[in-house]
Amino acid sequence: MFRRSEQDKRPQVQIFVDGIAVAARQGDTVSAALLASGQDARRSTAVSGAPRLPYCMMGVCFDCLVTIDGVGNRQGCLVPVAEGMQIEIQKGKREIGK
Amino acid sequence: MTVAPKREAYDVVVIGAGPAGLAAAATSAEAGLSTLLLDENVGPGGQVFRAIASTPVTERNQLGADYWVGADLVQALRASSAEIIHRATVWSLDRNLEIAVSVGGASAFVKAKRVILATGALERPFPIPGWTLPGVMTAGAAQTMLKSSALVPDGRTVIAGQGPLLWLLAAQILRLGGRIDRILDTAERGNYFAALPHAFAFLTSPYFAKGLSMMREVKAKVQVVSGVTELSAAGDGQLASVSYVAGGKRETIPADLLLLHQGVVPNVNLAMAAGIEHGWDELQLCWSPVLDASGNSSVAGIAIAGDGADIGGANAAVVRGRIAARAAVEALAPAAGAKLPAMATLRADLAKAERGRIFLDTLFRPSPQFRIPSGDTIVCRCEEVTAKDILDAVAIGATGPNQLKAYRRTGMGPCQGRLCGLTVTELMAQARGKTPQEIGYYRLRAPVKPITLAELAAVPKSEDDIKAVVRG
Repeated sequence: MFRRSEQDKRPQVQIFVDGIAVAARQGDTVSAALLASGQDARRSTAVSGAPRLPYCMMGVCFDCLVTIDGVGNRQGCLVPVAEGMQIEIQKGKREIGK
Repeated sequence: MTVAPKREAYDVVVIGAGPAGLAAAATSAEAGLSTLLLDENVGPGGQVFRAIASTPVTERNQLGADYWVGADLVQALRASSAEIIHRATVWSLDRNLEIAVSVGGASAFVKAKRVILATGALERPFPIPGWTLPGVMTAGAAQTMLKSSALVPDGRTVIAGQGPLLWLLAAQILRLGGRIDRILDTAERGNYFAALPHAFAFLTSPYFAKGLSMMREVKAKVQVVSGVTELSAAGDGQLASVSYVAGGKRETIPADLLLLHQGVVPNVNLAMAAGIEHGWDELQLCWSPVLDASGNSSVAGIAIAGDGADIGGANAAVVRGRIAARAAVEALAPAAGAKLPAMATLRADLAKAERGRIFLDTLFRPSPQFRIPSGDTIVCRCEEVTAKDILDAVAIGATGPNQLKAYRRTGMGPCQGRLCGLTVTELMAQARGKTPQEIGYYRLRAPVKPITLAELAAVPKSEDDIKAVVRG
């Protein structure tokens, strides 16, 4: 859906999406890294289980909700990636304890 | 930069580091007032100057000269004594000017003598069939990724809607080598006539020449369909095609990415939760705060600057930020005001920056069919409530957005009405034969952004707080 422009010379950052290593760039938000990864990053909604991807990328729509380092319901579009970050695509509602 | 505020109280707290907030905080700090700037993003710039201090897009002409203006604002702010905290989510502001802010998973409270809200705008909801499908995003979302991560659309891409941002985005995508297959222009032809009386101000404003050259640049490379009167997205769990009607003819084209845009509206959540009076703006079709000429709201001590005050664009936002900060300086340290540009100069700057806006607002007034959906089209994305669900609730007695919550939970999901509120108001107003002003809006309350119970439980408590809830 999206690709990186060649002029982007930022250093790589390795994150893990459902356990699979993904190369992101320093300064990417989690959502941008997911959309650039080419992987299926669709979450499913808490109400009907419908698949969704980020819609606004500016912190207002909450369609980027994702589990980051064990904490659920994080807005992926507001969190910058960090080396070794563990991302889980959230299926349905946030689980208790996450 | 993700550390808690250094002090418990400030002269001025500015919320939002877009054009208005950057200008306001720099002005206030230059006048010697203790100033705190709180911003939710990773770096300064807001949306229009998104990633201005970190963008990987190094070829300056690709983003355009208007973007790089933001770098000067950031430099002026950083040279000042203002304290700046990013990744700081303000979740409460009350009439006592007490602010609750979440930084790095913990909340802090700060008091201000004056608060300047510079929370900006968000894109108007674009509730068409299929707008919740993966692969459908806002134009602003694509622009955010372009500026902050140099990402460009790669698959079959359709841009639909209207307004200046749409053309700017298209030009930027093309300059960075991205792909656009078609642009579907939904601007209503009749609007050209309505806008005509305001054309002189527009033709003599800087928007005109810039807008025209950008449209030429885009039209030379992309097929543009104008006069689009119907629009929908379809696919099974993922966008597969976009259908539209133009000139009475329907066409369906395959697509991987659909970018929607029909203007921006004030982001009212924090201001409304603070109890600030708002009114329905019939020209811009949104809620706008009731403000005096210096941006002061109905709540003493809180001013609003930038697009959160009234959609006027980045240049107007910068001036509004300076005006609001100057008013704060006059109130708190009148002698220091002498260092700043005179209020009359600032007001003249604002009039200049706002030149041509009425023309744009009239020309790009979105059509009813793209604001007020029907049938199975989702209105509330969070709770997955359709237009028909809402009309059914009206038929059995729901009178306005707040009653509707009890029927359908609209606006009660995590986005707190940001993506459905305007649609719900207009849909219910139409169904009940009332004006949007009469129908009203959701009653918004803190926390305006979700925080965890653990974070709430960990906030510092006074003896009185504990006594209020603990028995015996």
